[in-house]
Amino acid sequence: MTGFSFSRDPLTPELYRERLSDQAAGAYATFEGWVRDHNDGRAVNKLDYEGYEALGIKEGERIVAAALDKFDIANACCVHRLGNLAIGDLAVWVGVSSAHRAEAFEACRFIIDEVKHRVPIWKKEHYADGDSGWVNCEGYTEAG
Amino acid sequence: MATIHIEYFAILREHVGQSSEEWQTGATTVGDLFEELDRRYAFPDMGRMKVAVNQEFGEWNTALKDGDSVVFIPPVAGG
Repeated sequence: MTGFSFSRDPLTPELYRERLSDQAAGAYATFEGWVRDHNDGRAVNKLDYEGYEALGIKEGERIVAAALDKFDIANACCVHRLGNLAIGDLAVWVGVSSAHRAEAFEACRFIIDEVKHRVPIWKKEHYADGDSGWVNCEGYTEAG
Repeated sequence: MATIHIEYFAILREHVGQSSEEWQTGATTVGDLFEELDRRYAFPDMGRMKVAVNQEFGEWNTALKDGDSVVFIPPVAGG
């Protein structure tokens, strides 16, 4: 299995792993992004992820396709969680299988970096002090 | 005049108070439409934004036509 998807239910890495298996692959690398309890010095209680799914899936698929084109790998996939998440929950999962380990690591890094920059997903943090905010969207002041 | 289907996500959805609307406009480009809506809603200043037209990334000078679907994309924060 190859590709990008969103999930409103908890992610299931053990199922994704099976789909990436390939008899020609001698390496399998994964990345898991977890919800942590702080950001920018503030204590975080929980998160909401919201996605523009129609475009997000297309852009995510383009990223995975670019990884398959750029690196000598067998299969790759990425699944991003949406909805209300608690501390410690799995927010995003990336897996890559390949003949050798170097390409698996590199492709995994490439996919998560591109997803974070390009896929229309937004994160709202709920802070311990009762405040909340959309990450990268609030408190913007124009330079100069 | 054209009727544009506008969808709002995340901070914009909360700011506008709805997730979509049909908007009648004389704006000829996506950028003009954004300015018109900004006058209506006074969007928060979010820095560098992107835009999608008909479920694909567009440009601020993309021409609008009747029935288009537009999404303004605030800075993203996946992962």
